[in-house]
Amino acid sequence: MTKKRWVQGIVLVVLVALGVFAYQTRQTSHAGESITAVGSTALQPLVEAAGEQYTGEHLGTFINVQGGGTGTGLSQIQEGAVQIGDSDLFATEQKGITGKDLVDHRVAVVGITPIVNKQTGVKNLSTQQLTDIFTGRVTNWQQVGGKKQPIVLINRAQGSGTRATFERYGLAGHRSKTAQEQDSSGMVRQIVATTPGAISYVAFSYVNHTVQALALNHVAPTEANVITNHWKIWSYEHLYTKGQPTGLTKDFIAYVQSPAIQKTLVRQLGYLSPTQMHVERDVDGQVTKIGGTRP
Amino acid sequence: MKNTQPTTADLERQLKRRSKAAKLEVWGRVVSFSALILIVAVVVAIIGFVASKGIATFTTNHVNLWDFLTGKDWNPGIKDAHGKPEVGALSMIVGSFLITILSALIATPFAIGTAVFMNEISPNRGAKILQPVTELLVGIPSVVYGFIGLSVVVPFTRNVFGGSGFGILSGTCVLFVMILPTVTSMSADALRSVPRYYREASLALGATQWQTIWKVVLRAATPGLMTAVVFGMARAFGEALAVQMVIGNAALMPHTLVDPAATLTSVLTTGIGNTVMGSLQNNALWSLALVLLLMSLVFNLIVRLIGRKGRLH
Repeated sequence: MTKKRWVQGIVLVVLVALGVFAYQTRQTSHAGESITAVGSTALQPLVEAAGEQYTGEHLGTFINVQGGGTGTGLSQIQEGAVQIGDSDLFATEQKGITGKDLVDHRVAVVGITPIVNKQTGVKNLSTQQLTDIFTGRVTNWQQVGGKKQPIVLINRAQGSGTRATFERYGLAGHRSKTAQEQDSSGMVRQIVATTPGAISYVAFSYVNHTVQALALNHVAPTEANVITNHWKIWSYEHLYTKGQPTGLTKDFIAYVQSPAIQKTLVRQLGYLSPTQMHVERDVDGQVTKIGGTRP
Repeated sequence: MKNTQPTTADLERQLKRRSKAAKLEVWGRVVSFSALILIVAVVVAIIGFVASKGIATFTTNHVNLWDFLTGKDWNPGIKDAHGKPEVGALSMIVGSFLITILSALIATPFAIGTAVFMNEISPNRGAKILQPVTELLVGIPSVVYGFIGLSVVVPFTRNVFGGSGFGILSGTCVLFVMILPTVTSMSADALRSVPRYYREASLALGATQWQTIWKVVLRAATPGLMTAVVFGMARAFGEALAVQMVIGNAALMPHTLVDPAATLTSVLTTGIGNTVMGSLQNNALWSLALVLLLMSLVFNLIVRLIGRKGRLH
């Protein structure tokens, strides 16, 4: 009995010693470090994919990515509860955010397009017509050259980054009238595809054959038109940090902004890279031309 | 023989010492009491948290409580002509109540009918077939109900009743199926608890089986049946996901049953991720949560009242 105790004791001591040894000699750099990114569901796929690649290349690091929405991301980063806040909007565009101490890192550009049910018979609208539809002045597709069919508006939830961008640049700053609201782009697409007369708006990456993307003032919603700002409804995707990033946060943001990711992952997932853009737009909507020949 | 004195002392000590069983009893009491304390603390903390957040709309943001309860415009981000934020929750409160009452109205006859069949008419077959079926219905996750609602019920209402298909009617259909098993199993329990001699006495007096069920069993079980219905209503009132998928989430006063509408829960789930902690938009959502919480307390109170007042035996 006592002998057995002895053996057990020795085994325990050896195990603890091994553990301490392993801990002391573990792979350092950022090993064992983890950061959390929270926010925009539109940006989530990119951060998730980049995070997976990064942790695959840097063993021992962990990038924890969560959704929750732009509002959640910005309020969490403002409080300093997480390391990165994902946002579809400039921080100061969101109500309740002062933007103080927040540092903006733009990692992608997203184009947003109006989509309609395929049976409406409409493929192009003017900005005026689009505004009339969303403010309720036009209620039948016949009035804008389509079939005789009532218009069914579908909005994203209030405070959604996609909705804010669409109302600002697609409806010339007009507010959409109260209508159905859905909280995800996938849901919006499915409802538009199956509901006769439905109209809504999604990011380019969500457009597929089940819905009709609309041209606006005869400008097609293509990436080429976003790059030149001929297509006005687009927004930056931001990673916000509180103060200048350090350590793993800094390395990870640099990794997402690196040409390797910008040229591959960003485009594969249906975003554009800010380095592709021929223009730059600030928080007030002022557009300036930049060199923009960078690939 | 010489140590008689110590033995008595030993015996005394032994008798005065707590036995193992007594220790175990104390230990058990401590464990169950601390479990109780923990649960009470959690409940108090939740109510306190929701209340403090929900009241902030009225204290910090100076929204009039009456405007909140009776206003029809819900745009917390926007100020109206008087410079006050548009936080009228009436349309959502009406939506929630409408959908709850309608689904309970439809579900009750079906549930009581099923329970009567299971208990009175064909207990054997009822137990064999209906019991597992209702239990299965309880186990289906609400997102599945919502998805079926979205791909089956919504197109159906659109084709039959017009409109976009999203609205109170679709929500009622989905909720009806969701609360049916709850109401059914609780109604069955209520019928089962009616003493056997009630039925025997009634039959002995020459009443038919139907007369016995209608006049005696259902009457005696009324408090239990009402409790079942109220519980079903509480479940319907609090259901979020399935309803949100089929109701359309438009914070408008519902004029017809096929217009898109919103409930308290659907606005909460769509909105909470897009607001910033501490802002008016966020506080307004917490106020909605407070209304929900208070309503479920009211449902609980109703259940208690029924249990106390309606007892026949």
